[in-house]
Amino acid sequence: MRIVVAMSGGVDSSVAAALLVEQGYEVIGVSMQLYDQTLADGVEAFGSCCSLSDLNDARRVAAALDIPHYVINLERQFDEHVVSNFVREYTAGRTPLPCAHCNSDLKFATLAERARGFGADAVATGHYARVEQDTASGRYLLRRGADTAKDQAYFLFSLSQAQLRAARFPIGDRDKGAVRAYARARGLPVADKPDSQEICFIPDDDYAGFVRSHAPHPPAPGVITDERGALLGRHDGIHRFTIGQRKGLGLSSSPTGEPVYVLELRPSDQRVIVGPKQALEKRTLTAAGVNWILERPETPRRITAQIRHRHTAAPAAVTAVGPDGAEVVFDDPQIAITPGQAVVFYDGDVVVGGGWID
Amino acid sequence: MRVYFDYNATAPLSADVADAIARATRDLFGNPSSLHHFGQQAKAALDDARSSVASLIGAEPTEIVFTSGGTEADNLAIRGLAEALEPSGRRHLVASAIEHEAVLNTLKALARRGWRTSLIPVAASGVVVREALEAVLADDTALVSVMHANNEIGTIQPIKELADLAHARGALFHTDAIQSAGKIPTDIKQLGVDLLAVSAHKFGGPKGVGALWIKRGTRMLPVLTGGKHERNRRAGTENVAGLVGMGAAARVAVEKLAGEAARVAAIRDELEAGILSRVPATAVNGARDRRVPNTSNISFDRVEAESLLIALDLEGVAVSTGSACSSGTLEPSHVLKAMGFAAHRTQNSLRFSLGQFSTKAEVEYVLGILPGLVEKLRTLSRHPGAVSSRS
Repeated sequence: MRIVVAMSGGVDSSVAAALLVEQGYEVIGVSMQLYDQTLADGVEAFGSCCSLSDLNDARRVAAALDIPHYVINLERQFDEHVVSNFVREYTAGRTPLPCAHCNSDLKFATLAERARGFGADAVATGHYARVEQDTASGRYLLRRGADTAKDQAYFLFSLSQAQLRAARFPIGDRDKGAVRAYARARGLPVADKPDSQEICFIPDDDYAGFVRSHAPHPPAPGVITDERGALLGRHDGIHRFTIGQRKGLGLSSSPTGEPVYVLELRPSDQRVIVGPKQALEKRTLTAAGVNWILERPETPRRITAQIRHRHTAAPAAVTAVGPDGAEVVFDDPQIAITPGQAVVFYDGDVVVGGGWID
Repeated sequence: MRVYFDYNATAPLSADVADAIARATRDLFGNPSSLHHFGQQAKAALDDARSSVASLIGAEPTEIVFTSGGTEADNLAIRGLAEALEPSGRRHLVASAIEHEAVLNTLKALARRGWRTSLIPVAASGVVVREALEAVLADDTALVSVMHANNEIGTIQPIKELADLAHARGALFHTDAIQSAGKIPTDIKQLGVDLLAVSAHKFGGPKGVGALWIKRGTRMLPVLTGGKHERNRRAGTENVAGLVGMGAAARVAVEKLAGEAARVAAIRDELEAGILSRVPATAVNGARDRRVPNTSNISFDRVEAESLLIALDLEGVAVSTGSACSSGTLEPSHVLKAMGFAAHRTQNSLRFSLGQFSTKAEVEYVLGILPGLVEKLRTLSRHPGAVSSRS
């Protein structure tokens, strides 16, 4: 059986490829070129994340595994599905989650279609997650990776049943230490390469600068007020803020002397509303674009809900609303529920479904 | 089965050429500029190679300047001449829109430094329009550069006619003959040019060596400055073993050219006719009646060329989507674009380029698998979204 492995040049996808080779599959390495690798003056940015050097690493690993390797140019699709959404969300006062869009709209969509074009019916990635078929219902289930610290199921909640059926996560039942040990034992040239941290297409982590230069209209300046509307300061665009942010507000001091946090971003009048920490606590949220991996519940269902990548899923009840909405009521208040991020529902380590926080 | 149909990217070496390089690497370590025995041996081998390369293009050995390849030869031709003519006030450079990047980007670099440049269009056939050259030639035109045969579609350009036009206005003429030398008769006198670039690895020699023929009396400044190598026109110790290989490949090419051209043309035509008849909605890009005998560039409607290239490679067949130098970019082929094709056609075209080791059996193998691969890709593109997301 022919399988395409999405190879980023990092240790996780490299080990995913190596494991599939070991399991006897005909493995084809594919690296996605997602954005222009050259700077405006035509000079390549050397040494940045997801750069040509990552593509070179992927190529070296493929050579070491003796598998074919291709670089596929998906710049246009990445821009349409991931970058434009990222910019639109920030300028609308929301905090986007580009990796989730990249998974459901690119890796397991465009790349999977290309893969089928050359005879590969499955796409494997180096995600810490697991997929398995439920024998009773025939459904494909998404589970958290065995390494709870590295688990990435959160970023995969929007995969459809057809996408999960074609997905393979070869390292999902290992922990990071075992993955690195395996890479070393196999002599893979990326065994000790550091994990990537930033958003891949913004290597310097200056996402505000990126949004400003990519937005169709320059972000508008606005005011910072407290909850009652009292003017506390000014800002040059709500895209620079996220819910729960404390640093970088540009306020000399808060009226009460207590630290203040971003509570709300209002795109209608470009207003940033700040307040004390306890005002960040909320017990409910609504979500849109909900994808149910298990059956859509007819009545409220007990679950745990995770509201950002680094958040411990908290006990809650979820109710399906309309065609693809949901309401979540937490048992205890949660801090900084952030529009634009995903809320993912779990039953134990099985993903029930998830959606985009309104 | 492994089939290599990408000779325009680079050609495999024959055993004789590889042996000649190995022998030279082992036995001729001397510096050809040295006065002693070891230097003399290397120099003699270099002279042999120079004569062989000269005879490939009907030139005198003393007019041949060895370079590190075709790109350097094109650079030397354009930069060396532009700089030499700068004091004369001739500051205008002309090239065709379908030149290799080695020419196009050299013109761009000179444009940034104040030279005036013009690109002349081609017809839908891929042939340069004579009137377009007439229209841009000016009193200060220093050089016109038009390739002899195009690397992507193989079209042969009317070099003699164009060179005569340039000369009538006092301009000099350079031709990039990298895709024609060794494939079709390439004679500097018949072409009537002043400068001509060749590259060894396109006609069965090794990579990293090439040559620029410079007509005697042409004023040139070196681009690489240093010692007095290559009659002061290109400094740097010569790549002796590589050039010995280039000489050997040139001798083979001269000897076999007529027979090989006919043989390769016959199997190329069989491949092309087979694709056109067995794969629906295909078309040949470029004039079929004036091409080098080894090249066929074919457009496959409703197919992403990149996907078809990979599908073929996984079945052992190596082809390309255009110039190897532009792989990995999303830029549509500048050649097909210059021919006036719509965007989709510039991204659904594959180049098949054959050569000395290509066989009928390989053509039959390719014709056996290609229709099925194309059909599969077309079926998928008719039903996109079968695996797509809900969002």
